Amino acid sequence: MPKVIYQSPDGARTEIDAPVGATVRNLALANGVDGIVGECGGELMCASCHVYVDEQFLERLPPVQEEEDEMLESTACERLSNSRLSCQIKMTDELDGLLVRLPEEQL
Amino acid sequence: MLRHGAVVIVGAGQAGLQTAVSLRSAGFERSVVLIGAEPGLPYEHPPLSKALLAGTAQPKDVALRPESYFDSHEVELLAGERVVAVERDMRRVLLESGAAVRYEHLVLATGAVNRRLECPGCELDGVLSLRTLAQALELRERLLDAERVAIVGAGFIGLEVAAVARAMGKQVDVFELAELPMGRVVSEPTARFFARAHRREGVHLHFNSGVRRIVGDGGRARAVETSDGDTVLADVVLVAIGIVPDDELAAVAGLPVAGGVRVDQRLLTPDPAISAIGDCARFPSPFADRPVILESVQNACDQGRAVAARVSGDDRAYTAVPWFWSDQGQLRLQIAGLTVGAQDAVVIGDPEQGRFSALCFAGGRLLGVESVGRPGDHVAARKLLARRASLSPEQARRADFDLKAYARAA
Ligand SMILES: Cc1cc2nc3c(=O)[nH]c(=O)nc-3n(C[C@H](O)[C@H](O)[C@H](O)COP(=O)(O)OP(=O)(O)OC[C@H]3O[C@@H](n4cnc5c(N)ncnc54)[C@H](O)[C@@H]3O)c2cc1C
Ligand code: FES
Repeated sequence: MPKVIYQSPDGARTEIDAPVGATVRNLALANGVDGIVGECGGELMCASCHVYVDEQFLERLPPVQEEEDEMLESTACERLSNSRLSCQIKMTDELDGLLVRLPEEQL
Repeated sequence: MLRHGAVVIVGAGQAGLQTAVSLRSAGFERSVVLIGAEPGLPYEHPPLSKALLAGTAQPKDVALRPESYFDSHEVELLAGERVVAVERDMRRVLLESGAAVRYEHLVLATGAVNRRLECPGCELDGVLSLRTLAQALELRERLLDAERVAIVGAGFIGLEVAAVARAMGKQVDVFELAELPMGRVVSEPTARFFARAHRREGVHLHFNSGVRRIVGDGGRARAVETSDGDTVLADVVLVAIGIVPDDELAAVAGLPVAGGVRVDQRLLTPDPAISAIGDCARFPSPFADRPVILESVQNACDQGRAVAARVSGDDRAYTAVPWFWSDQGQLRLQIAGLTVGAQDAVVIGDPEQGRFSALCFAGGRLLGVESVGRPGDHVAARKLLARRASLSPEQARRADFDLKAYARAA
């Protein structure tokens, strides 16, 4: 099973087994990883599931669609070139080892 | 056994759960007890009329937190326990099971119950309502077997279910007393757009039409009889005519209620040891000219957070910008602000293409924006409203008006 690694702002890492198809947001909530809020339930309405994706994985992700792009304009922490909404990242075998950095705040 | 919680929350729904979560993430270290009448883990409602009903989400997908969360974060979840009384003088709540739980601060987050349709036949088998997970699962079961579905009420939930049922190939009839769908809460251009969209998908919309009687056969619903005297066949009748806030505990405890538990800007009742939030609370909003109840995930979550912040020492008025969404088939409606009572709606974009926003004004002031297929407008509108930036209908009517650019500059 692929793994996803969450890195909190203080550098601490949590590694989670990620069933293919699960979203990075859902995996964080289901495993008690703090730092992702995701209050709209993955509906592209809240931007509180913001993550910074490690550069080496960025190109393996499906491109940002319009709704995500607009929602990324309202993240609590600055949007960077590697910003994504984790509810839109579905795990695949290709993404094994995916490293996402969590922002200081989500709200 | 006498339990005790520094904070006791009644109602383990969206608002109650959020309160507990936010207390813990704010570093609150004292005891938190979350009491919920429904069995199982707290869950979110939006998928109940969307993905769960369509079968693309399962019950496990709607849990707000896994079971392990409650242990690891020391939130004592009493699921399947109903609070039957609040004894304010003793600062405790009584459970149906007979136990009592003492509180230092009590948060009422009891949500709402669905308004019942009072007409002959409303007790027949096959007449359903949709609020809880259990009800959603029953509705899904019944839809699978049904051919014809009647929906009473063209509000958000009625129309969301209509779209799902239509996509399942059912014949769908929707009965609405008003002359437009969602008339209570959206502007006319948006309401008309959705009426056209649902009709195009083959939903039969009946406006100015109430249900007088549900006709049964052998105890099962078979048809509805409308106020015009028509009879329309139906194997399932969904009643979706709005909610009644669950303010009974507060009322019996002598707290002021007025269609919802009355709270101030800080979400406190007149008893400083009791707050009320979410669908059960009527509060003064800077976005409305009289106290309101807002039935939305945003409001439930933001109010839960606000109360958790106050209890943790960060005491402020609640002023969050309201936002909401409703998925109806392929279409998503996004609303920022409160557009009820708009006198003027300026439409930008192109409804024919399914991409437009209705900018709603009253007294020359922007109340809110309803968007379809224009997520950028929605995000911009939230920012404008949060900053209380001004925008006049005249500005919005200019041919080259661009809401995103305007919000960026504001
Ligand atoms: C089908 C459906 C679809 C929706 N879709 C959307 C949407 O797309 N977008 C959106 O923004 N909003 C949507 N909403 C609205 C949103 O889900 C609600 O506003 C939100 O859930 C309110 O949260 P709450 O905690 O106040 O109430 P609830 O989530 O209803 O929780 C209240 C809980 O309190 C419990 N309770 C009540 N009395 C007692 C008692 N005496 N003792 C113990 N427990 C008690 C109840 O059993 C219930 O579990 C939808 C609602 C429904 C029903
Ligand atoms: S969870 Fe709300 S946008 Fe991702």
